[in-house]
Amino acid sequence: MSVTDIDRRETRISPYIIDDRERGLFRVARKSFVDEDILTRERDRIFNRCWLYLGHESELSKANDFLTRNVGGKEVIFNRDRQGAFHAFMNTCPHRGAMVEREARGNALAFKCFYHGWAFNNNGKFATRMPPGTYPDDFNSDGCANLRSVPKLAEYRGFYFLNYDAGAVSLETYLADARSILDMLCDHGADGMEVIGGEQKYSIRANWKLLMENSYDGYHAIDTHGTYFEYLADAIGGAAEMPAETHVWNLQNGHAAIEGNAPWGRPVAKWIPAWGEDAKSEIAQIKRELVSRLGEEHANRIAMLGRNTGIFPNLVINDIMAVTIRTFYPLAPNNMNVSAWALGVKGESEGFRKRRLDNFLEFLGPGGFATPDDVEALESAQRGYAALDELAWNDISRGMLKPKFEATDEEQMRCFWREWSDRMEDRA
Amino acid sequence: MSLTSGKSGLASGAELDHREIEAFLYEEAAMLDEWRLDDWFALFQEGGSYEVPQAGASDEANSSTNLFYISDNYFRLRHRVERLKKRGNHSEWPRSICSRMIGNVRLLDHDEGICKVASRFITHRSKNDVTDMFCGHHLYTLSFASGNFKIMAKRTQIDMNTLRPQGRISIIV
Repeated sequence: MSVTDIDRRETRISPYIIDDRERGLFRVARKSFVDEDILTRERDRIFNRCWLYLGHESELSKANDFLTRNVGGKEVIFNRDRQGAFHAFMNTCPHRGAMVEREARGNALAFKCFYHGWAFNNNGKFATRMPPGTYPDDFNSDGCANLRSVPKLAEYRGFYFLNYDAGAVSLETYLADARSILDMLCDHGADGMEVIGGEQKYSIRANWKLLMENSYDGYHAIDTHGTYFEYLADAIGGAAEMPAETHVWNLQNGHAAIEGNAPWGRPVAKWIPAWGEDAKSEIAQIKRELVSRLGEEHANRIAMLGRNTGIFPNLVINDIMAVTIRTFYPLAPNNMNVSAWALGVKGESEGFRKRRLDNFLEFLGPGGFATPDDVEALESAQRGYAALDELAWNDISRGMLKPKFEATDEEQMRCFWREWSDRMEDRA
Repeated sequence: MSLTSGKSGLASGAELDHREIEAFLYEEAAMLDEWRLDDWFALFQEGGSYEVPQAGASDEANSSTNLFYISDNYFRLRHRVERLKKRGNHSEWPRSICSRMIGNVRLLDHDEGICKVASRFITHRSKNDVTDMFCGHHLYTLSFASGNFKIMAKRTQIDMNTLRPQGRISIIV
């Protein structure tokens, strides 16, 4: 992973951002959060061209497994065929459009549209016999009656992504240094990771980019989440202080992460007294396995340091008191749907799994002690942007002139916004 | 959970009146509507639990393997109540206005001073000019002795397929 360099680009002033390298000022136009035309442009320039997170391989553990999901505003089937190969199809009948699979998940050899009965093998091939003469003899010679595959499907270490642009760069090229974050995550366990416990589907009445900013915003933690830290101090039996030393990683292509030690326990593998002596020996054992597999330094980094990562444009992987994958998509400039999952180490004990899920829900998710307050903050900001004629710009300048950025600076967001404005202005 | 309402299996001497159960549940709802949160927490027996599985989860969902919204032991529940009273609980400050309708109260089982009770609910939460609705059913394990109920466990099952558009469960539903 490359250390965050001061980007050598010139000062830039555009309709969307002001990136003043000399004065150390960075501004984002508030119309970016409210304007319908900007959202239309985002759909075209960003969601139809970037790699978007689809799902994790552990969600389809057997041949013929499928799940259905909305990705980038479009209904998709993510499945494995009879040979076990992974596919992603547009979940719309090539005949007249109805969704060919309407269950959230299952195991199926074929998909059948309920509207007129067109059926498809789970490799996408049209599989309905029609009386001779119903259609031309060469009907479907061009594949028009098969399920339409997504233009591009690729995976990196079990994380599947799709791209609606057939000409897009490879996933590995796109992910750039963000791959190192996924590598560290996969290294939590010798057998890798799995999605556990189901999907959280909720929504926020705010612009989608605000959730990206919020998800790796080290600056807001103390003010927004003071009540969580008060709870945490009681739970861990001591002061809950945020780390003195933190890092900001520019992972290229608009991806960025913050990293640092934090007061909470980590299922892999940082013990806190509240978990008790049994957990202590279990975590010590996990730590020993990490050290023997990865070496002392790397094992320590994985066990002790938390990472909040934003993968452009709309994937968050927060490896903090638990691991959450979160993706979101705008329904409107002021409304987004959010999907979130918990990730756990394959093969961990039931007690450990329970501790991991507990750690997740006490901070994260719609009923946690933190996420609802983030939702309130985002919705509150969205309301504030109605005054954009009077106050047209957000300030994201914090720490911009520092030689080394900290998690409480806003460099990680500037990484996002530079990529976003490059794409919106057709410079990327 | 078997449906044994009407069965005569009461502990000797104990009288379990359906109207008393209803009165208890209505009073509990009123405590939450009126933000009498300390009174509400005092309804719980020490060691009691409060859970909200994900929207659409089955009654059998288990917090050891399923990701819940809320899975509070007594310690965390106390903190949830304390947090609700704080100004720093931004989601509920200024406070939302809530209205809880309870119905379809059923006694599912009772034995040895412990009863299982179910009810259906519709809860409206209003804040920031937006009113959200939550619907579903509550499942209680109650202890009863000398006319007093205590909550040993409360489970709120949200009978919606997602938490859209509500987005959060920042109140006790």
